Amino acid sequence: MANSASRLMLSNIEYFPGYTVSKHLGLVQGSTVRAKHVGRDIMAGLKNIVGGELKGYTELLNDSRQEAIERMSAQAHAVGANAVINVRFSTANIAAGAAEILAYGTAVVLERRE
Amino acid sequence: MGDLLSQFSTIIFVVILMGVAFIFGSIGQSRHYRSIKRREWQLRRILVFNEKMPPASFAGQEFALVSGSVVMGSDHFRQVLAGLKSIFGGRLGSFETMLDRGRRESILRMKEQAARMGATAIFNVRLETSVLSSREGRKQGLACAELIAYGTAWRGSDKPHAA
Repeated sequence: MANSASRLMLSNIEYFPGYTVSKHLGLVQGSTVRAKHVGRDIMAGLKNIVGGELKGYTELLNDSRQEAIERMSAQAHAVGANAVINVRFSTANIAAGAAEILAYGTAVVLERRE
Repeated sequence: MGDLLSQFSTIIFVVILMGVAFIFGSIGQSRHYRSIKRREWQLRRILVFNEKMPPASFAGQEFALVSGSVVMGSDHFRQVLAGLKSIFGGRLGSFETMLDRGRRESILRMKEQAARMGATAIFNVRLETSVLSSREGRKQGLACAELIAYGTAWRGSDKPHAA
């Protein structure tokens, strides 16, 4: 039943008015480590002279976060969840120029109350 | 003689670089603030709370995770200024504006995503800041930080929420 729902519901709240959590399926997580592109790094360095948004990095980190969410969602699908609640993000610099982005949450089966 | 000339030209180059950084940095900043203010006005109908639970009028409505992020850097002129200022301590205005711009921008991007799904409010909003390290390490730090805002967007009910 849960697998038929192709779109997973994601949220960083753990209690939902109008819904009931019918099954807890445990922690799911997804992470990705991305390094900066050399070309992008040079461009960002140039951009940093005048300040403002560093679009290359924004894009890079957004892509990585999306990837982390997708991996987390894949895990949630595998255990038969239809929602991941209480999602948290964390970013860590593991080496100069590389960042790990982690997304984690609780996989559940969420049902709408009538 | 030639040595002196080359030193002099280096100084001139640095001064020009600082000037360019200052002028373009200021232009960029005021343009960014104008755009922030305009979009904040356009998106004022989407309510943002850092409270966890939505009120009962949102019961059973659709929800989704929304997020916005931006990586902001400070320009070289202001960075040098901040470096000088930090000798005496106190507020570092140039970094304050950088982070303020970034945070408002990230909230706006989150709101834009919520607007696309037709949400009327965002609950449990969390703001995060992470510093990106540069290649040279901490000493020659590019002053840049990623600002993230995320929360759960809810589509409101058709009935007015004034209970």
